[in-house]
Amino acid sequence: MGAGGLGSPVAMYLAAAGVGTLGLVDFDTVDLTNLQRQLLHDTDDVGRPKVDSAAERLSGINPGVNVVKHETVLSSVNAFDILGHYDLVVDGTDNFPVRYLVNDATQMLGKPLVYGSIYQFDGQASVFMPGPETPCYRCLFPHPPPPGTVPSCAEGGVFGVLPGIIGSIQAVEAIKLITGIGEPLVGRILLFDALAMEFTTVKLRWDPACPVCGRNPTVTQLIDYDVFCGLAPGETPAEAEHGVRTGAEVST
Amino acid sequence: MTVTVKIPTIFRPDVGGRPNVEANGRTLRDVLEDLDRRYPGLKGHILSEDGGLHRFVNLYVNDEDVRYLAWLDTRVEEGDTVSILPAVAGGKA
Repeated sequence: MGAGGLGSPVAMYLAAAGVGTLGLVDFDTVDLTNLQRQLLHDTDDVGRPKVDSAAERLSGINPGVNVVKHETVLSSVNAFDILGHYDLVVDGTDNFPVRYLVNDATQMLGKPLVYGSIYQFDGQASVFMPGPETPCYRCLFPHPPPPGTVPSCAEGGVFGVLPGIIGSIQAVEAIKLITGIGEPLVGRILLFDALAMEFTTVKLRWDPACPVCGRNPTVTQLIDYDVFCGLAPGETPAEAEHGVRTGAEVST
Repeated sequence: MTVTVKIPTIFRPDVGGRPNVEANGRTLRDVLEDLDRRYPGLKGHILSEDGGLHRFVNLYVNDEDVRYLAWLDTRVEEGDTVSILPAVAGGKA
């Protein structure tokens, strides 16, 4: 999910490792300001669809990989169709509506989700397995912050190397899940602080009252995630924060 | 009891940019009150107006989520580490 900062190391390492089919979901085009962290793309790619430049990079790394391009915004309408084709989903999204959508869709489809998130110099990573008694993103954060209370990465910025570290950890977890080795980052969340150069792991518990993966789920089909996150339908998070329509999603 | 509170980047402007600060108290509630005296504004990012924890910010005493301990009444010991984990959305673009 997302051929950006997190998606770059994830996709390149999975291609290099020989993962048979890699699906890329991204509606965006390459911007010059992306290139300090999105190593899938080159300066020559500015203005091109990210899925196109990403597919070329991945085929260059390993021509044996089948790269499937989904140049679209993941939504409640298409999520099952797109994600249903894959064995595992890696979250490299940049906004809360799609993050909750990917969480709910993977829980409902029974797919593992490798989670990563970044802000300025801090990163988070975890693995959300489907099924009972293992936590999902909603067990971690039952509700998103109200729009405008958390600065977007467009406002706060992202240290360019940070997604390289968190994305590489997501690639590690994806390869562990695919090959069945090691202890996946399930029931734990890894926190990384680049400025202090500290990794911390805290427990992540399954919430029996979780509306998606709890004992008595109340969310059993995909909902309108813009409304859930306090946005008007079709409004991007950046628009909500700035109170204006910008005509294009602000890069985060 | 003096504990170390780890401050995520997003809240560091409230504490003069420091990654860790110290605070005193017997319970987590005491610690947050002490932090609020030292760094006005920080508590508002963690607690809602009714005094409960925001559902998009988690608190941990050492590695345990306080929602599975005694919430704000969770007792802290000398040398404990309190971590603040906010939901952040960055990643893709």
